[in-house]
Amino acid sequence: MNQAWKNIRADFPILDQQVNGKPLVYLDNAATSQKPQCVIDALTHFYQHVNANVHRGIHTLSMRATFAYEAARERSAKFLNAAESGEIVFTAGTTDSINLVANSWGDENLKKDDVILLTEMEHHSNLVPWQLLARRTGARLRFLPVVPGDTGLLDLAQLDKVLTSEVKIFAFTHVSNTLGVINPVTQLCARARAVGAISVVDAAQSAGHLPLDVQTMGCDFLAVSGHKMCGPTGVGLLYGRKVLLDAMPPYRGGGSMISNVDYFESKWAPAPQKFEAGTPNIADVIALARAMDYLDDLGREAIALHDEKLASLAYARLAAEIPGIRMLGPADHRSGVISFDLPGVHAHDVVTMADQEGVALRGGHHCNQPLMRKLGLSSTSRASFYLYNTEDEIARLVTTLQKIHGFFAG
Amino acid sequence: MQDLTDLYQSVILDHNRRPRNYSVLPTANRVGSGNNPMCGDQITVYVKLDGDRISDVSFQGSGCAISKASASLMTVNLKGKTIPEADAIYAGLHKMVTTGKVGEDDMSDLAALAGVYQFPARIKCATLGWHAALNAAKGDERPATTEKPGD
Repeated sequence: MNQAWKNIRADFPILDQQVNGKPLVYLDNAATSQKPQCVIDALTHFYQHVNANVHRGIHTLSMRATFAYEAARERSAKFLNAAESGEIVFTAGTTDSINLVANSWGDENLKKDDVILLTEMEHHSNLVPWQLLARRTGARLRFLPVVPGDTGLLDLAQLDKVLTSEVKIFAFTHVSNTLGVINPVTQLCARARAVGAISVVDAAQSAGHLPLDVQTMGCDFLAVSGHKMCGPTGVGLLYGRKVLLDAMPPYRGGGSMISNVDYFESKWAPAPQKFEAGTPNIADVIALARAMDYLDDLGREAIALHDEKLASLAYARLAAEIPGIRMLGPADHRSGVISFDLPGVHAHDVVTMADQEGVALRGGHHCNQPLMRKLGLSSTSRASFYLYNTEDEIARLVTTLQKIHGFFAG
Repeated sequence: MQDLTDLYQSVILDHNRRPRNYSVLPTANRVGSGNNPMCGDQITVYVKLDGDRISDVSFQGSGCAISKASASLMTVNLKGKTIPEADAIYAGLHKMVTTGKVGEDDMSDLAALAGVYQFPARIKCATLGWHAALNAAKGDERPATTEKPGD
């Protein structure tokens, strides 16, 4: 652990508060992470000193804003080890990024009876856009199953059967938002390529948590949300291999995405501008780049180790100390997300009661209804850890769940 | 967890653990359903309507303690009531869980739900079963959903 970890709690002013009279324990990081002061400052600084519209501006502030915005693209390319900054399209987030691929690449390349392969653990954001694409094109959806039981691991033995030459798109999550499973992304991308399918990786839960290298992973597209990795809400990005982005039609029309406009037709700007119609989310993009600096100062290897250490400890303690608890997801080699079911206590009651103790959890289907049904559950409670969480907070979680169990059992 | 007893009163815990009229009603001539898309909760309500009187009512489904207990209390409170009487009881409950004020009518065991007012995220849990039952009684076959305006 380097120096940057020393006062990490102090970097996040929101953590220093009482909720319902108890010190806040924020364990809802899979929904959104908190923001360090440096990211908040980047937003303020932009609006106080830089704000102007980007591109085509001649005046000083516009050039300053354009420079910072494009520097953020360079920063993002470096963050993902993309081959060039032209492979980074700024979007509103993971959902927006996936919809971009489904609408642009999908509409252009899919035809009736082609297959879109997904997995059974996808978040609705990596499921519904493909359902819509299938409806538009007549393509079919197919699913790589998870193994029976509660580990939630992908059943890789089934891959040969489902990943056939009919598959044109293989879209899957890097890390499950519900069960904390880390999927073998490099292997899955290679297998997709071997049958001529493009790979689309949902990195909402992995960017900012694990080291990501799109060239090593070998993915064609990768979707990221800023707000889950210490950045602002409403901003994210799509990585796409340049050769694919160049061949794709625009997703939305408007200003900034054209090279020439006539009354009846227009020519598009090259990627990535082709996909960034209208005034982009300038301030949030710049603040997102600051979040990347912050994460890399800590080191993403170190963050991944920290997440896994906390999640594995929490998993083991809950399994041992909460009577009757059903733990979901793998016991180790996992991300910082743990899900569990307290028999006889609905997840919403768990979350309401935990909130009274200052502990922020999430309960529900986690935008993962089909997987919940498969597990025979309508909802689970979820605790998700990030870089500022501590072992003391796990102790608070355990004590709180013991109280809840006692309250309902008593 | 003393403050939690505001929400989880013993009446609620009791109806959650042992929901009343928790079965399929073979004599039902109206069936209603309710769902909360935010949490995936589902409820089915069975109503036997004689004229405009709810002569019997039951429910089944999955949900949190608040929704289960409230649906259970609904069956106990609406059985034997006419539709206008049922509407009036629900109006009193709705006022209570959204404003915290108990109306002039005696809410009897429903007063156990008064604490819901302090937990705005949970109001929809307390009203779902009632919506489903009243919709069914009135012949509205659309599923009740917590996402309808004005819950």
